Amino acid sequence: MPMRKTFLEGLLRRPATERPPPLDDPELAELGRKLDAAARQRLGRSLAIREVDAGSCNGCELEIHALNNAFHDLERFGVHFVASPRHADVLFVTGPVTKNMREALERTWRATPDPKWVVAVGDCAIDGGLFAGSYACVGGVSAVVPVDLHIRGCPPTPTQLIKGLLTLLQAP
Amino acid sequence: MTGTVTHHRPWPRRMVDMAGWERAAERLAAGQGTLLALWGEPDCVHMAILDEGASASPGIEVLSLACPDGRFPSVGRVHAAAIRLERTMCDLFGLDPVGLPDTRPWLDHGRWGVAAPLSAVPRPGQEESSAYPFLPVEGEDLHEVPVGPVHAGIIEPGHFRFTCDGETVVRLEERLGYVHKGTESLMRGADLDRAARLAARTSGDSTVAYGIAFARAVEAALGLEPPPRAVWLRALMAELERLANHLGDFGAICNDASFVLMLAHCAMLRERVLRTAMACFGHRLMMDRVVPGGVACDLDAQGVAALRALLAEIGKRFPPLVNLYDNTASLLDRTVTTGIVKPELARRFGAGGHVGRAPRRAFDSRRALGGYPPYDSLRFEVPVLEEGDVNARVWIRIREIEQSLALVAQILDTLPDGPVRVPLSPATGETREGMALAEAFRGDVFVWLRLDAEGRIARCHLRDPSWFQWPLLEAAIEDNIIADFPLCNKSFNCSYSGHDL
Repeated sequence: MPMRKTFLEGLLRRPATERPPPLDDPELAELGRKLDAAARQRLGRSLAIREVDAGSCNGCELEIHALNNAFHDLERFGVHFVASPRHADVLFVTGPVTKNMREALERTWRATPDPKWVVAVGDCAIDGGLFAGSYACVGGVSAVVPVDLHIRGCPPTPTQLIKGLLTLLQAP
Repeated sequence: MTGTVTHHRPWPRRMVDMAGWERAAERLAAGQGTLLALWGEPDCVHMAILDEGASASPGIEVLSLACPDGRFPSVGRVHAAAIRLERTMCDLFGLDPVGLPDTRPWLDHGRWGVAAPLSAVPRPGQEESSAYPFLPVEGEDLHEVPVGPVHAGIIEPGHFRFTCDGETVVRLEERLGYVHKGTESLMRGADLDRAARLAARTSGDSTVAYGIAFARAVEAALGLEPPPRAVWLRALMAELERLANHLGDFGAICNDASFVLMLAHCAMLRERVLRTAMACFGHRLMMDRVVPGGVACDLDAQGVAALRALLAEIGKRFPPLVNLYDNTASLLDRTVTTGIVKPELARRFGAGGHVGRAPRRAFDSRRALGGYPPYDSLRFEVPVLEEGDVNARVWIRIREIEQSLALVAQILDTLPDGPVRVPLSPATGETREGMALAEAFRGDVFVWLRLDAEGRIARCHLRDPSWFQWPLLEAAIEDNIIADFPLCNKSFNCSYSGHDL
């Protein structure tokens, strides 16, 4: 019974999904222009993302999760998260890259078929952030694998994440 | 050298000799007291023991043993809850817990380029890591399933080594440490501003709780009272954090039993909490909003209205979801009797939060030993169950969501006016020590710190509740089918980052 009521409500209520954010960030637009147009053409408008936590505090993961809720509904843009790097076009890497995760990140990257993009998510992923200089951190994703796009924030909000992803898909 | 240490607040710290240390370990092994924390320094070890029966202070005592040669009698030798903590003390400080039954490295995977990084004289580390010796399992028809560190979902990294007999798990061995960031080394010499930001990033999902524990430890060391309004705003943020996490977990646990509908609904409620936090405090997770001396933001009338609207929304949407959970037989079939933690094990390990309360351990630092303000003047219940299975951990979360909703309403009704922050003068010209507990959604966060004469951090230890919950997951999954592991794991929802530091 409760199930039927829930479904009925779902039919009667308007969808929770919101309009996508405007792409008004010049920094992101510039990065988008640099991306290889040929690779983008080959992938069309569909991106499969494999998320790799390389030492984050889990704050970034919480906000990446939020991309899948009904308000943000990332899948409507053709973007979805996959369980294996072998199915992925994009690696979303968070954290200052701990030395204990370095090899796992490298191996995940190698397991991802070309063409592939790497998005460094969050301030730690850019240069180690607050954890830069620690004996236990490499400090920044680009020190381990080539990075195509940085999305700043501690953690970046879902809106910032969507803007970054749409840049990957839509930049000229 | 024995005796009480001056300038250690609010609970006493006492130097003990070798015999005193061993007696304390024996008492823990006999079930008299709970190990709250066990941590090292280059030439000293400390343990905090909780007397849960104590109705008033002290209730907690810190024992310290000087060990100039780095050797000290292992607590883990008689009390299993201490084993991983001592392996960590060995990794970070090069200390030698004499008699420790498991001497394999824990956080140190042989990749730091340095050994014993926090000791007085760090040694050069090995260049290539050697293979980690998992515990041997022998038996006919057994097979191993290695999982991680990179998992299939959007979750933190860790390695699980399952040994199975068909579908049934006969042993799970965890290997953690992948997200070890060296937080405690970065703490050394940090000013309070930087140290508070580091503490707030121990485990992002508990950033408010860590903020509160760290700030309270600093305030204890400095003998400083934050303004009343700040104390109430901290509790407000802490309850919002609890709401957001429990709502997310409730949905995610059901999702791991393939009941996606619950995740869809709960994720929307969670998102509403985060958006309200953003509107009220300027950050969705409320990171860096709790600072030593008070809070870094205030709540205006618009914020109060937004919070009341949030309470009304969740108050309307949440009960039907609980009803749905309770009336979906196929879902209950997965959660009832799955992943049982026995009460005795929860007690022995001092497991906090839903992991402890689902099998009868009622400890809640908001309430225990008189609690901390403003909870001493708020009405709330700490739900406790008997069964200790996935279902019980779900119900603890449901009840805690209800309690947090009521707490937020009470706080809004009685929020005092006034300033929200007092200036700090941390340079006292002497060494000060402080400690604090704060109740995160997954259990009690413990922070101990020492400030030097200039008011910088000389040593700060952060103990996540997960330390005493991860080992119980290994016990809970035994004799369950491996397909139920995600369900068990999510129902625990231990922090990797909080544990690995």
